[in-house]
Amino acid sequence: MKEIKVDVAVIGGGPAGLAAALEAERRGAKKVMILERDMELGGILQQCIHDGFGLHRFNARMSGAQYAQKFIDQLQDTGIEVKLETIVLDLTAKREIYACNSTDGMMHIQCGAVILAMGCRERTASQVLIYGARPAGVMTAGTAQRYINMEGYLPGRQAVILGSGDIGLIMARRMTLEGIQVKGVYEVMPSPGGLTRNIVQCLDDYGIPLHLSTTVTRIKGNKRVESVTVCKVDENRKPIPGTEEEIPCDLLVLAVGLIPENELSRGADIEMDPRTKGPVVDNNFMTSCPGIFACGNVSVVFDLVDYVSQSGEIAAAGAMRYIKGELPQCPEYREVIPGDGINFVVPQRLLKDCAEEDVTFFMRVKKPQKKVYLQCISEGNIIKKERHNSVAPPEMLASKVYVNGKGSPEFRIVEV
Amino acid sequence: MAKNVYTCVVCPVSCTIEVIPNADGGFTTEGNQCKRGEKYAISEHTDPVRMVTTTVKIRNAILPRLPVISEGEVPKGKLKECLNDLYQISVEAPVRCGDIIVKNICGTGVNILAARTMKEKN
Ligand SMILES: Cc1cc2nc3c(=O)[nH]c(=O)nc-3n(C[C@H](O)[C@H](O)[C@H](O)COP(=O)(O)OP(=O)(O)OC[C@H]3O[C@@H](n4cnc5c(N)ncnc54)[C@H](O)[C@@H]3O)c2cc1C
Ligand code: SF4
Repeated sequence: MKEIKVDVAVIGGGPAGLAAALEAERRGAKKVMILERDMELGGILQQCIHDGFGLHRFNARMSGAQYAQKFIDQLQDTGIEVKLETIVLDLTAKREIYACNSTDGMMHIQCGAVILAMGCRERTASQVLIYGARPAGVMTAGTAQRYINMEGYLPGRQAVILGSGDIGLIMARRMTLEGIQVKGVYEVMPSPGGLTRNIVQCLDDYGIPLHLSTTVTRIKGNKRVESVTVCKVDENRKPIPGTEEEIPCDLLVLAVGLIPENELSRGADIEMDPRTKGPVVDNNFMTSCPGIFACGNVSVVFDLVDYVSQSGEIAAAGAMRYIKGELPQCPEYREVIPGDGINFVVPQRLLKDCAEEDVTFFMRVKKPQKKVYLQCISEGNIIKKERHNSVAPPEMLASKVYVNGKGSPEFRIVEV
Repeated sequence: MAKNVYTCVVCPVSCTIEVIPNADGGFTTEGNQCKRGEKYAISEHTDPVRMVTTTVKIRNAILPRLPVISEGEVPKGKLKECLNDLYQISVEAPVRCGDIIVKNICGTGVNILAARTMKEKN
């Protein structure tokens, strides 16, 4: 087995990993290594050819691939080592990585700090409990996206989309433009999972119907999908008998949500947050395992790539603090509290005696609301108050708060 | 009657905006919370525009398709025509992000650019 020593190892070369590696080098790391299992860098962004990326960071309407290219180009002038087609198999709590590829064989990499940036993956058919056979023509929106945008073939002629998450909406438009007839988007919940903007731009603009409180209950077809049965559901998401409708199609696209990819994190016994399905992180995006950091969609599904890059930079700054011995070996924490109207906040906790500093908190609200304040309260004082004309669960909020060394900050939504 | 109510897509507030014709041939808007919404809704009403993002065939590259993006927006009515033109063409690797793939697509005055760098197959 090949023995390697690095200052910072980054697992995953998507936008989170790229930003983290670049920031670690900028902050003085001598040996930074990116380990990526795909044949190129960029992660999921390489299949996102639509525009809308980088609005915050570059103030431009870029496609996902363009956004990734900006970071990939920056790598050229650095000493960052990139290992492609390299899969990380195991991670230990002592910051050792076991990885392999076809040129180096098995590698044992000892790291000053590890940054997890493995991204997320999509929920699949078996996770949404649809009855019937498993013929060809059932795939996740991301798979359809990869087939169409990267590999250049059309996975069907007539599609039904289950789930109204943003990737599903984007794919409804994309498939329509490519000549696939999209029969409709079916969402089990009473409100759409994606952003209003995407419903307007991707469905309404092309006359694609959105059916709320409706789900797919059965798939018909032996070799290939021939039709699906859709059915209205009640408040408890139970199908209402008599409302079934059979829709002929040869493609069922699933856009039923993303889950952080955390097999490696679990292997290292890193504490997980059941709400975000990612590791619990502190203000440096350090996990419960000292020296192991997490960023991007492996820590929480961000959906806005600008925040993904930002989290990579925060984690890299933390990793460098750790390497320089500026972080405690046995850290003590105070919790960050999701209060009224807030579903979760990342980071979930702050180091107990951290100096006064600006911390960016990322959070999701519980329900859509107009004209509210987002408040942060610490030790009985309102330390931040921001007005929002509109908040909704699909839209993550980011709030920079100057925190002092004490207290447990609580975030809450109050009406104006 | 033509449509005159639009949902603004400029920011997440998603205002519902009504476009009302004036006597002088101009328009006023109602429902928008800011100026950007007024501009968007009037443009949607009079001259809607869209970005073009798709892929074109690429030869001798690591992948069969190259993503492309328009430098700016094109009239919505020309979107299909632009896409059809792009489906006809084929480029040769290597390509650099930002290279012009089609100049002045369909007479819109807008260039189509490569949206990533793609190396040749080795
Ligand atoms: C199918 C899909 C479509 C999306 N579409 C959009 C969109 O249209 N707009 C938007 O804003 N956001 C979209 N997202 C969200 C998107 O994931 C984020 O915006 C962003 O790409 C996340 O960056 P990341 O670096 O955290 O993860 P990713 O981009 O997923 O990168 C993670 C990288 O880690 C690598 N990796 C994972 N495990 C290992 C391992 N064990 N060893 C080595 N390498 C590993 C993967 O190969 C991958 O390259 C989409 C997500 C998915 C899943
Ligand atoms: S009008 Fe202004 S506030 Fe309303 S959605 Fe448009 S940009 Fe946002």
